[in-house]
Amino acid sequence: MSSWRHLSYAAMLAFVLLGAMPLHRYYRLRVFRQSLRLLVAIVPVATLFVAWDLMATSAGHWRFDPAQTFAGRLWGLPLEEYAFFVVVPLAGILTFEAVQAVGSRRRSAPPPAALAPPAPPQGPTPTTQAGSPTAGPG
Amino acid sequence: MISYTVAAGIAVVVAVVTDLFILRTALVRTRAWWAAYSIVVVFQLVTNGWLTGRGIVRYDADAIIGSGRIVLLGDGRIAYAPVEDLAFGFALVLLSCGLWVWAGAKAGAAHPRKG
Repeated sequence: MSSWRHLSYAAMLAFVLLGAMPLHRYYRLRVFRQSLRLLVAIVPVATLFVAWDLMATSAGHWRFDPAQTFAGRLWGLPLEEYAFFVVVPLAGILTFEAVQAVGSRRRSAPPPAALAPPAPPQGPTPTTQAGSPTAGPG
Repeated sequence: MISYTVAAGIAVVVAVVTDLFILRTALVRTRAWWAAYSIVVVFQLVTNGWLTGRGIVRYDADAIIGSGRIVLLGDGRIAYAPVEDLAFGFALVLLSCGLWVWAGAKAGAAHPRKG
């Protein structure tokens, strides 16, 4: 069991990726085709937050359980922590793009029923659609 | 060094100011951002709760609002994690999405493309 415990942090990252990556295919996003744009979005922010993280850990604001992370460390931080600053922004961008895809679908597609009243000018309600990528039309 | 509470507050201000006045992406004025964030924050509560509830990350009581007790709700914590983590996550994702939109607008201006 102790060896499984080392996966605890990595499991969280896998969970986020498993939740976010299907958005790309389901909503036919073009995020991964724009690798330079993705680098521009993630690298500066990750650098800033790693710097914050290094200062905060050296100041003792937080620390990581060696039993629940892999042994690899870089400047004292678990490697999972560096991955966090790539995975979480990526998941955020995928979610943001998925929400926009839902919104543009609504704007461009006519209501399915011809007699349906005109759609109210509301924004996307993606908590049901983007949050459950296996449901709905596709 | 300043506490995590102060640092997290600064991060939110920096992220919003960057969005509004530096990148001029103004995501915080769009429905799309808040719709996306409303999804992201649910996952942040789950993942922060996992990291903190299991003690993968442990916080110094002097750096946060709460007393350092790991509780589900209250004493400066939501879903086990310090409320500061929500500010941290908000700033992280807003800055990333802001730069993403900014870089996309730059690319779009350089290479205009339909759609």
